[in-house]
Amino acid sequence: MGEYQDRYEFPDLKFNVQRGKKRDNRMEKGEKKDMFVWPDLVVMEFLTAVALTIILIVWALLVNAPLLEVANPGISENPSKAPWYFVGLQELLVYFDPWIAGVMIPSIIIICLMMIPYVDVNPRGSGRYAFSLRKFALINFNIGFLMWLLLILTGYFLRGPDWQLYWPWESWTVVKKVEDNLWSPDPATGLTGLALYFGLGMIIPRLVSRDFYRKCGPARYTIVMLSILLMYFVPIKIFLRLAFNIRYVLVTPWFNI
Amino acid sequence: MSRKKSLWKRVRRSQVWRSVFRHDYTDTRRNRILQIRSNIFLHIHPARIPSHAGRIRFTWCMGGITFFLFIVEVITGILLMFYYRPVIEYAYQDMKYLRFDVPFGIILRNIHRWAAHLMIATVMLHMLRVFLTGSYKPPREFNWVVGVNLLVVTFLLSFTGYLLPWDQLAYWAITVGANMIRATPFIGHEGPFALVDRYHDIRFMLLGGTEIGANALLRFYVLHVIVLPLAAAVLVGVHFWRIRKDGGISRPL
Repeated sequence: MGEYQDRYEFPDLKFNVQRGKKRDNRMEKGEKKDMFVWPDLVVMEFLTAVALTIILIVWALLVNAPLLEVANPGISENPSKAPWYFVGLQELLVYFDPWIAGVMIPSIIIICLMMIPYVDVNPRGSGRYAFSLRKFALINFNIGFLMWLLLILTGYFLRGPDWQLYWPWESWTVVKKVEDNLWSPDPATGLTGLALYFGLGMIIPRLVSRDFYRKCGPARYTIVMLSILLMYFVPIKIFLRLAFNIRYVLVTPWFNI
Repeated sequence: MSRKKSLWKRVRRSQVWRSVFRHDYTDTRRNRILQIRSNIFLHIHPARIPSHAGRIRFTWCMGGITFFLFIVEVITGILLMFYYRPVIEYAYQDMKYLRFDVPFGIILRNIHRWAAHLMIATVMLHMLRVFLTGSYKPPREFNWVVGVNLLVVTFLLSFTGYLLPWDQLAYWAITVGANMIRATPFIGHEGPFALVDRYHDIRFMLLGGTEIGANALLRFYVLHVIVLPLAAAVLVGVHFWRIRKDGGISRPL
């Protein structure tokens, strides 16, 4: 085996670990623009897999997966929380009816995500971190991502019995006052408000940046602006509820928003 | 020493050895390429990649980690299937059995559980990374769509698995989800414009009943161990294949 090792000493691996800086310098000079997958990348993948295996085993040794009493439809857990990645949607149940929070919002998110590559007409910033070239896309996507995280964190850590807000240092035995005197504007006002929000939201960006509209074309522009307006409608509704106790923006005989 | 060496040489020259390993292992450019090209597991890689593709700073390694966690889930999941019966009389008992009696059963279940949670997080971070680097831009549009589908499948895998322990946590978490589904417009019995009653709506289809019971457990189990993993495996195949076909890992133009 000695001969074998002598002949094969993983020169690139050594290079990666010990002379990474030097390699970078050479890269900048354009001497070496690509690398062999074997063994450079495969070694990294292998080490990552080993590290993850260790992490998972240690985690599994330290923390047990939860197992409560046997399922009993007669005794409900209070609060009953969805799995953490759906707690964001459950948190939205405070502000929206179930058909919006649990069905429309996730469906719209998924559809909008899938449409992103087809509505983003900006050809720049492909394959690298380039904030300045894609400000509009990055700002809106990151705000959406952050909102999703904040909802999850709120729902997971700050909600106690009856889905009331409890700070982490507050005891769940303290009974919270149930939110009262919620009201909804009459349908005409609500409809006007929504029409103004979506109408102005569609028109103003077009007037401010004609260039943006021209690049997108009418169909893409409508989809982009509608998605973004729908997204920001969520925090706006949350704000209206928290600040002004508004339950529904629009009340109709068939559904409420 | 020399006898050992010559034996080793003879082994490597044998027909059996050469039928398995098509090339020798000397460090040459050719062998480095062959190492990838002639190995079914490695050949999803190109032989050479742009050097930024090997940097954690660029990739965060999140796609690869997600794939690794999927494999962990499959292996631990299959092992768990030996001990678990998706019947309400037994499901919870089997969880207790796994916890207290099966050798390493508790570790097996813990790894399955924590890797699943981790996988949800890494799949979301992978999406974030791909967005931040603009890697969904042409010609990679469709692979982004495949990726969003994988995100959904990952959520569904985790969600269906959540019910299987059949404890209070599982039961009431899935109740929350199922109650949202019944509010679906048109096809949920409590949604706006409901066209169906509670015995014919989408929630009934998912649960196999009006309540979470034996049928729901069996349906979630079949979805969790057959339907969704297969869907995920197929989509992962397409996802990886498209990376290559769409010009390899995204790079600055």
